[in-house]
Amino acid sequence: MADDAAERRDGRPEATAYDEIEESRAVRPYTMTRGRTRPGHIDLPLEALVRAVSTDAVGSATSERRRILELSTATVQSVAELSAHLRLPLGVVRVLVGDLAEEGLVVVHTQKDQTPQSNLKVLESVLNGISSL
Amino acid sequence: MAFPHSDVAAPEARDGAAQEAPGGVAPITVKIVVAGGFAVGKTTFIGSISDIEPLSTEAAMTEHSVGVDDAGGVSDRKTNTTVAMDFGRIALPGDLWLYLFGTPGQDRFHFMWDDLVKGAIGAVVLVDTDRLESCFEAVDYFEARQIPFVLAVNCFDGVAKHGIEDVREALAVRAEVPMFYTDARSRQATKQALITLVTLAMSRMQA
Repeated sequence: MADDAAERRDGRPEATAYDEIEESRAVRPYTMTRGRTRPGHIDLPLEALVRAVSTDAVGSATSERRRILELSTATVQSVAELSAHLRLPLGVVRVLVGDLAEEGLVVVHTQKDQTPQSNLKVLESVLNGISSL
Repeated sequence: MAFPHSDVAAPEARDGAAQEAPGGVAPITVKIVVAGGFAVGKTTFIGSISDIEPLSTEAAMTEHSVGVDDAGGVSDRKTNTTVAMDFGRIALPGDLWLYLFGTPGQDRFHFMWDDLVKGAIGAVVLVDTDRLESCFEAVDYFEARQIPFVLAVNCFDGVAKHGIEDVREALAVRAEVPMFYTDARSRQATKQALITLVTLAMSRMQA
């Protein structure tokens, strides 16, 4: 795979059908983020939950941004779930979600600013919750 | 759920338990890492208790290729290597979502582990007694970082081939590290493994 990618950048003229599949899965996502591999100003753990604020902007969004907005309108979605459903690498989803958050199109919920006391309370709830399953 | 403009399938909760919180408040998310060697049963373990069918996400090595890619020294060459990671989700009372993340199996993917364990309650390390060495790196990793972990010896076909204390000795883990038999296919056994881990994490926090 690595060699294929290198050759393609070297200007190999014709792409086979196999190459095109690889392209859609591995090369194009980074085009999508314009080469960025980190979100701008936001910490996005795998389990951070994303919710679309409004679908008004959906029409003008690129297809990947549109899918994120659509999925996170129906129900709140973790970064990991968005990555799985969109079949895009985590890094790409993080950049796209980071952009959408900066533009105010999605809200990101993370468990920041937890005190040890509140963490312990959460663990108690987790323990009781699992026990009741 | 309808997605008129998308061909992406709506995520479905297997039992409908995981629903959007009322009033636009997001659930509290917590996570537990499920580690162990290749094919030890991590995804089976996750699937035995997850509300959703385990999902798979991937990270591309491209993001970290410099200094990590073992293709030979420092290079700016982009590679397409990806590393897959399976995960599941359990909705718990009190608007809590517990995520279970399986670790990718090879140590050159430790950059993913760092991402995974950040903020995690702890880890369940699945042990295959036929391939004990396959869980060494997980044990080393969690010990070195003082992350709470338990060792769950997966009994394939319900047969315990080795005594727990023999396994403990072979792994050279301290007596304080909880170790027990499990069956990755069994919801009850998985539940018990998670309870043991959370109890350990709480006792560490209170210590």
